[in-house]
Amino acid sequence: MSTTVLSTPTSESSPGATTVVERRRPAPAPIPLTRIIGVELRKMFDTRSGFWLMASIVITSVLATAAIIVFAPDDQLTFDNFAAAIGAPMTVILPMIGILAVTSEWSQRSGLTTFTLLPRRGRVLGAKLLAAIAVGVVSMVVALVVGVLGTLIGSAIAGVDPVWNVSAAHFLLIVLGSVLGMLFGFMLGLVIRNSAGAIVTYFVYTLVLPPLLGLLASTQHWFANLQPWVDYNFAQRPLFDGSLSGQQWQHLGVSAVLWFVLPMAAGLFIVRRAEVK
Amino acid sequence: MLDMITVESVSKSYGRGQTAVDDVSFTAATGRVTGFLGPNGAGKSTTMRIIVGLTPPTSGTATVDGRRFTDLPNPGLEVGVLLDASAQHAGRSGHEILTVAQRTMGLPRTRVKEMLDLVSLTSHEADRRVRDYSLGMRQRLGIATALLGDPQVLILDEPANGLDPAGIRWMRDLLRGFADSGGTVLLSSHLLHEIEVIADDLVVIGNGRIVAQGTKASLLAAAGTVVRARDAAALAQAMERAGLAITAHPDGSVHTDAAPDQVGEVALAAHLVLTELRAADGAGLEEMFLELTADTQREGAAA
Repeated sequence: MSTTVLSTPTSESSPGATTVVERRRPAPAPIPLTRIIGVELRKMFDTRSGFWLMASIVITSVLATAAIIVFAPDDQLTFDNFAAAIGAPMTVILPMIGILAVTSEWSQRSGLTTFTLLPRRGRVLGAKLLAAIAVGVVSMVVALVVGVLGTLIGSAIAGVDPVWNVSAAHFLLIVLGSVLGMLFGFMLGLVIRNSAGAIVTYFVYTLVLPPLLGLLASTQHWFANLQPWVDYNFAQRPLFDGSLSGQQWQHLGVSAVLWFVLPMAAGLFIVRRAEVK
Repeated sequence: MLDMITVESVSKSYGRGQTAVDDVSFTAATGRVTGFLGPNGAGKSTTMRIIVGLTPPTSGTATVDGRRFTDLPNPGLEVGVLLDASAQHAGRSGHEILTVAQRTMGLPRTRVKEMLDLVSLTSHEADRRVRDYSLGMRQRLGIATALLGDPQVLILDEPANGLDPAGIRWMRDLLRGFADSGGTVLLSSHLLHEIEVIADDLVVIGNGRIVAQGTKASLLAAAGTVVRARDAAALAQAMERAGLAITAHPDGSVHTDAAPDQVGEVALAAHLVLTELRAADGAGLEEMFLELTADTQREGAAA
């Protein structure tokens, strides 16, 4: 341990003996948000796990499309079926990307460097959020392209006319639904700040909670009326069906405040003050 | 010489009256290496995390160049920080970690290679993932990240951990050169010798409190005298009779806070043959370190 002190300290520089050069420099410019977003996007791709998570978006889209072409009857080779098949894995992968974008700073402890270089944590998290949304939207465009190709190729192979039964408005709602799912993952990451914990919580929320709430609604009349207002999962479902009534938008808004906005605000509040270890 | 890092009455307590840092105040000046010395768990890392804004203090302020760290527009260009070399995404390569930092700070891409050369990481090593790095390589990478933005201030927590002797020598020369060219260095260690060879100023912390601080020279001067006589027992008796506070060691040496000439007079009066009489230097500082931290360090007074 201290094998290095053999040499006598030559470092004893008495005050004044050394020529101290004043290194005054103009204050640096603040770091623009666009640069932080760029860095955060890079960090989503630059590890092996991050890369394959992103690659899996394309891979599962192609696999799902191929499966429809191979297995679906000819009259089912419609665009909405392709969209649904591609959308299913997407609703799992995108929230994982949202979760890991936040939790890796804590689970991998890289936050120590990140928040030292960028001490205003709110800006870093804002940049992460925007980067995640960008990834979500681009992924949906990739899915759209794969779905279109699948519909064209599938119907060509089957010798039927391609059926374009998804409108642009419907597609936008699906994008919104997918991005909301991703942001829900982001929020869980922020609140839990542990990869495994956030992922498990996400699956409890998407797989375990809905049947329980459904059971409650079917047995308790009062809850059946209340459910659309307080069940975020339930309120998001119409997005994927392609049309929402005014009241359904209200359901979505109210339940989003409960399940997303409030916890997100609490998470932000905590993270900006918490110790980074 | 300017006070670059200023820590004023900083305290950090966690619930249930657990206090990690208790009313800590010190400064680190330009052109100087300030050594932050203390046993493990004394509060060094917590204090450093408070300086760079990773841990909010319960009370008190810490500033770098008169500003709170969190108010710096692009901190990497002003303050190089290495708190924990292992706190990196294990799946990124060394090169990638530097690139992320380089992009964050908005530096030219060539800076990454320059830093890798400076810390002697080969391009082959830089392309490996940090998971496969030794602690020494991680420390080098951490130093590279800290120096990337060409800062005027360095804050390093136990930077010598895991480095081999040649690496420690290299680090010492690097920090010396940095301070001599007007930079400010604050580095912590729990090893006295490590700090002793590099630091100009010392801040000693034990159990969350500052127990001593000053220039290394003044702390050494305060360390007293080491004396040996052919008849150790008689010497100890004579010194006690003369009213000097002494610590007798099993190896026959006697340590006292008194000045060497005082001790010499006592020995002369008692007709004792001295075999050694000197100001306590390195050994004295060690004595001081152990003494100052004896009642606070975990091992108790075992030393």
